[in-house]
Amino acid sequence: MARPITPLLWLLFSVGGTVAALLFPVHLFLNGLALPLGWLPAPGYASLRALVEHPLARLYLFVLISLPLFHWAHRFRYTLYDGLQLKHLTALIAVLCYGAALVGSALAAYTLWSIS
Amino acid sequence: MSAGSHYTPYHPRWYRRRVSVWWWLQSRSYTGFVLRELTSVFVAFFALILLGEVRALGQGPDAYARFLARLRSPLFVTLDALSLAFLLFHSITWFNLAPTAMVVRVRGKRVPGLVIAGANYAAWIVLSAAVAAIVLRG
Repeated sequence: MARPITPLLWLLFSVGGTVAALLFPVHLFLNGLALPLGWLPAPGYASLRALVEHPLARLYLFVLISLPLFHWAHRFRYTLYDGLQLKHLTALIAVLCYGAALVGSALAAYTLWSIS
Repeated sequence: MSAGSHYTPYHPRWYRRRVSVWWWLQSRSYTGFVLRELTSVFVAFFALILLGEVRALGQGPDAYARFLARLRSPLFVTLDALSLAFLLFHSITWFNLAPTAMVVRVRGKRVPGLVIAGANYAAWIVLSAAVAAIVLRG
């Protein structure tokens, strides 16, 4: 499938994979385990909210959510093709995967934009 | 092929051996490949958790407290612990593959793979420390 959009999708896969590789483990450890479970002294709501309101933090969070979703879309697409042998559903799977990444990115943009 | 040509019902069938859906359990390297592919599911899962956290922070202190309570439930603790294992697997395999994916040349000489992978690991440590410092300071 040589299409003009293929290099862009591959670039998103690659950049998203790098963002996830560099930043997701520490965020999962902190935001998913250490802070909710009280392993580390957690910053309160007010200070986290003030942090998120900073424009740079919003931009960072958008990149942190959106690009890894495109990484997922690309890799999961091929997982379905190869792992479950669904080659005949190529077009449907591609639309669902990239569509989900687009919807997730739009939700992230809207959510981050509407924090006031 | 001319417009008049057509397949007869007697043309030989392609020989295609049926492959089990579990083909990737037959060898360690295949299993590693599929596990690496599956890391993307946990990447997406955690991206959605981050989205949920941002949403809760935007909605107010009560919503944020409910979000934290949900993350403390056994289901989420289990999923997060599993995700952390898969995310670390993603990071390590990603950095180790970086030299193959990215050929860097300095003054015409190819930078050795170990240097590129090492730079990735160094960036990983520095960025993780920076994120921890910023988040924990609040």
